[in-house]
Amino acid sequence: MKKFKEQLSGRVFFALALSSISALALITVFIIANGAPLIADVGVVKFIFGMEWAPSRGEFGIFPMVIGSVTVTLGAAVIGVPIGVCCSVFLAEFAPKAMSTIFRPAIQLLAGIPSVVYGFWGLIFVVPAVRNLFGGPGLSILTGSIILGVMILPTVISISEVSILALPRQYKEGALALGMTHWQTIYAVMIPAAKSGIVAAVILGIGRAIGETMAVIMVLGNAVSVPESILDPVRTLTTNIGIEMGYASGEHQQALFATGIVLFVAIMILNSFAQYITRRK
Amino acid sequence: MKLTPAQSEKIARTVIWAAALLVIGLLSFIIVYILVKGLPVINVQFLTDNPRSMGRTGGIASSIVGTFMVTVLAIAIVIPFGIGTAFYLAEYTKGNMLTRVIRFSAESLAGIPSIVYGLFGFIFFVIYLKLGWSILSGGLTLAFMILPTVIRTSEEAILAVPLIYREVSFSLSATKWQTISRVVFPSALLGIVNGIILSIGRCVAETAAVMLTAGLALGMPTSIFSPTRTMAVHFYVLAMEGISTENAFGTAALLIVLILLINVVANTLVNRFMAKGR
Repeated sequence: MKKFKEQLSGRVFFALALSSISALALITVFIIANGAPLIADVGVVKFIFGMEWAPSRGEFGIFPMVIGSVTVTLGAAVIGVPIGVCCSVFLAEFAPKAMSTIFRPAIQLLAGIPSVVYGFWGLIFVVPAVRNLFGGPGLSILTGSIILGVMILPTVISISEVSILALPRQYKEGALALGMTHWQTIYAVMIPAAKSGIVAAVILGIGRAIGETMAVIMVLGNAVSVPESILDPVRTLTTNIGIEMGYASGEHQQALFATGIVLFVAIMILNSFAQYITRRK
Repeated sequence: MKLTPAQSEKIARTVIWAAALLVIGLLSFIIVYILVKGLPVINVQFLTDNPRSMGRTGGIASSIVGTFMVTVLAIAIVIPFGIGTAFYLAEYTKGNMLTRVIRFSAESLAGIPSIVYGLFGFIFFVIYLKLGWSILSGGLTLAFMILPTVIRTSEEAILAVPLIYREVSFSLSATKWQTISRVVFPSALLGIVNGIILSIGRCVAETAAVMLTAGLALGMPTSIFSPTRTMAVHFYVLAMEGISTENAFGTAALLIVLILLINVVANTLVNRFMAKGR
């Protein structure tokens, strides 16, 4: 009986452990099976670089959305990464104990706030602020970048902090013993040593920004056109799916799955890259 | 002009403190603003009435019930798979090809955007398995989405159990299963529960994935096959279509209160778990 239980439990755990592989396989298969036929019909190049998105006329080119995703994500990185890295240095090196006991749960909370709430807050505050300060409709790349910049902070902060804290103590002690100031130690020794972790944090943050839907749907204006400035409205790959999935059918629906494939592939590349960087050591 | 080390130290310190205070300030601002605008809307009627005329008036009772059902279902489905995988990774193998593939899959799942989970859930559960827009489809989709979180947090909790516990158990001639079920699992339980609670938070907050799988129906759900509109989705529709700013704020405030509660409980658990480990 004992032996039977022993064998059974081992097998059950093994079977359960296959769940994540099966889940990933199922998702990959079903997304690709429903989107690939349309990409094959239209042609990969014409689908990704086509300028015309008019489902009613059978025109499926997602290039304006690709540009939308890339610009908003880069904007989010420009805003979120410096602040995030500063915060991780703050947590690892500068924060007094009382501050870090508040700061860590606060970052966790920042990650827990629903993305629709960020979007709503953006719609009510950031959109009018951008409109009044810089002109334009307010629903713009800049607005989306600000919201996403805030939303990627938890990812950037927690992963960078872990990589800074993981450094051997001798690095810091050695640098300080050579007479470097605290900041020189951080800047010239610790950040370069933690570089791979920080880069992974940035990549995962970028992945979050590309994948975010509900927050940006509310503040980007969602116009399908190539933007001329950061004050123009855009549509991203994610918002394209979020807006049109509700009523799409037939070829149009397939085109949205095809948009999903592009998104999926981009995220998988970014993630694999981040995993590669963190494992290399 | 060149900065002296003392000057650059001062500037760097100021910038870093400013960044930290900015983030804390922003977070407090978002939360306080939503609560100030939304809490006055919440009363007994708001919590117990169903939405009327598309949510323009009435409360959000059916959305609360729908959110609860979707979340409970997702958690119930994910628990055996997530915790089982964690035990397999932590106790049954030492890094080989298979564990590398499992870890790669879990980390990839963690990075997949929720809208892609929504697309998958829609085509697989709603259409292919013919479950329709329902609480079941929504719960299953969310279970896929939170699986990597549960695996990671459970594995961390299991690995945090000191090795000596296992050694003592084996030395008393306990089998592997006995050791895991009676020694390791109870010691890791608080940490595992913490991960589950954080996943509850993700389910409650999720919008894109449930919108495409559980639907937008406003009626009170009667079974797991009923479609429903969760609170986050309801809030999105109210705000986006400008149906009722007042009710939108009320729903948002309730969401924020829930997320705050979930985070407080999770943190208390973590602190207890850490204290126990020492």
